[in-house]
Amino acid sequence: MFDDFFIRALFAGIGIAFVTGPLGCFVVWRRLSYFGDTLAHSALLGVTLAYTLEFNIALSVFIISSLIALILIQLQKKTNLPGDALLGLLAHSSLAVGLVVIGFLTFIRFDIMGLLFGDILAVTVDDLLIIWIGGALILLILKLIWKPLFASTVNYELAEAEGLNPDRAKAIFTILMAAIIAISIKMVGLLLITGMLIIPAAMARNISSSPQKMVLYSIIGGLLSVGLGLFSSLEFNTASGPSIIAASLLLFVLSLLNIKQSIKLKN
Amino acid sequence: MSTNQNILVKLKEAGFRVNDKWLVKGVSLQVEKGKIVTLIGPNGSGKSTTAKIALGIYKKIDGEVEKYTDKVGYVPQKISIDWTLPLRVYDFMVLTENLKEEDINEALSLTGVIHLKNKNLGDLSGGEFQRVLLARAISKKPELLVLDEPVQGVDFTGEIALYELIKKISDELNCGILLISHDLHTVMSATDHVVCLNGHVCCSGTPIDVAKNNEYKALFGEQASQILSRYEHRHDHIHTSEGEIKKN
Repeated sequence: MFDDFFIRALFAGIGIAFVTGPLGCFVVWRRLSYFGDTLAHSALLGVTLAYTLEFNIALSVFIISSLIALILIQLQKKTNLPGDALLGLLAHSSLAVGLVVIGFLTFIRFDIMGLLFGDILAVTVDDLLIIWIGGALILLILKLIWKPLFASTVNYELAEAEGLNPDRAKAIFTILMAAIIAISIKMVGLLLITGMLIIPAAMARNISSSPQKMVLYSIIGGLLSVGLGLFSSLEFNTASGPSIIAASLLLFVLSLLNIKQSIKLKN
Repeated sequence: MSTNQNILVKLKEAGFRVNDKWLVKGVSLQVEKGKIVTLIGPNGSGKSTTAKIALGIYKKIDGEVEKYTDKVGYVPQKISIDWTLPLRVYDFMVLTENLKEEDINEALSLTGVIHLKNKNLGDLSGGEFQRVLLARAISKKPELLVLDEPVQGVDFTGEIALYELIKKISDELNCGILLISHDLHTVMSATDHVVCLNGHVCCSGTPIDVAKNNEYKALFGEQASQILSRYEHRHDHIHTSEGEIKKN
């Protein structure tokens, strides 16, 4: 069944959408889209490292992204630079270093476009296993830290005062972000992963009245985007990542119609 | 004192500073089961800071805090909620703990906002939101309640009713309450212990003790002193006519 590259890509995309749905909601709620971008940019460095050391790509990306997250936290403590400047600094410097390293690796042929924008032809059965097992683990851990993470997203001091340990939840969530980037990089590409996190969640925000509904709609939006995107990618021979993101944008635009209607109803 | 089983939280010479500026310094107090401790003091005197020290929100503090319970309900003075979240009153009620439906309904009924249960939190008025905050804090039946100006923005009749509710909760749940309020009138009738802050503890004791204290008079004025005394008299049932103050 998984002999066909398209079936593999479809199953990989479905696995990813189940995880980016809920994580994406937290990215939107906690205003972490640039943080996600930074981690994703640093993933290129992880990929080059994997090629150089003949190491598993997902694991290598996970390690590098976690490292960048740690460095960010240290820089935030030790400098007076604003958060967005630090994010930009890390995002672009790690991307640049990654590209420079690629320049040195002349003995390996790189598909840069595939790395940046995703490549459905590249998804192997091993990748599928990583996505589904890794994805299940991410969701399980997210479920375990849901209460403290959500409570501290609403109000940090309430969560802290009532004994939920929000700092630990935040640290674990950062690791989960690095993990989702690691497992989805081949499929969506490093420039567009944050789009996969944010756009379905933003679409869901427009049509939901409670946090649970937003998570549910975000997952459904992600699944539809993957399906729609991959079929059009096959049909029009376009890169998989941009096709999926474009499909999610279409859904977002449709969700705007819902907002207009509800505003009309209110008046 | 330290062997007292009823102590819920105890501060010993606690203080907190930001960049060498002391927000509050040398505060010692304790909250026991079934007792209401009220913090009073002018703006910037460190009342909210003291509450946050007691709650463990501020960690790098001077002195010591001993907290003997994890069942805490907190109503913060200021709360900024980000409206990128779709959040109904119901979702807010179960924010830090999963509660039974009947406990949620009971708490919302007690503070008079049961009809708002499925409303979006962002659509509430200031007073309504304040009632929801109080409902959330009491719904989990905490052992320690920390209420930082819990009735701000609530209408006058509601204010009195909510203070009566707070007193009732303290008795029924036998929970300790650390209360911060500006409203000397309403608060003092129920308070067991008053701590008057002004960057440090300027005086503390029963309402009548504090009212007699010269530092308190200097800080709040003679009139405020009379307010405290009057409530003490009402407790003793010896006040005769309105406005007349008799010292014991």
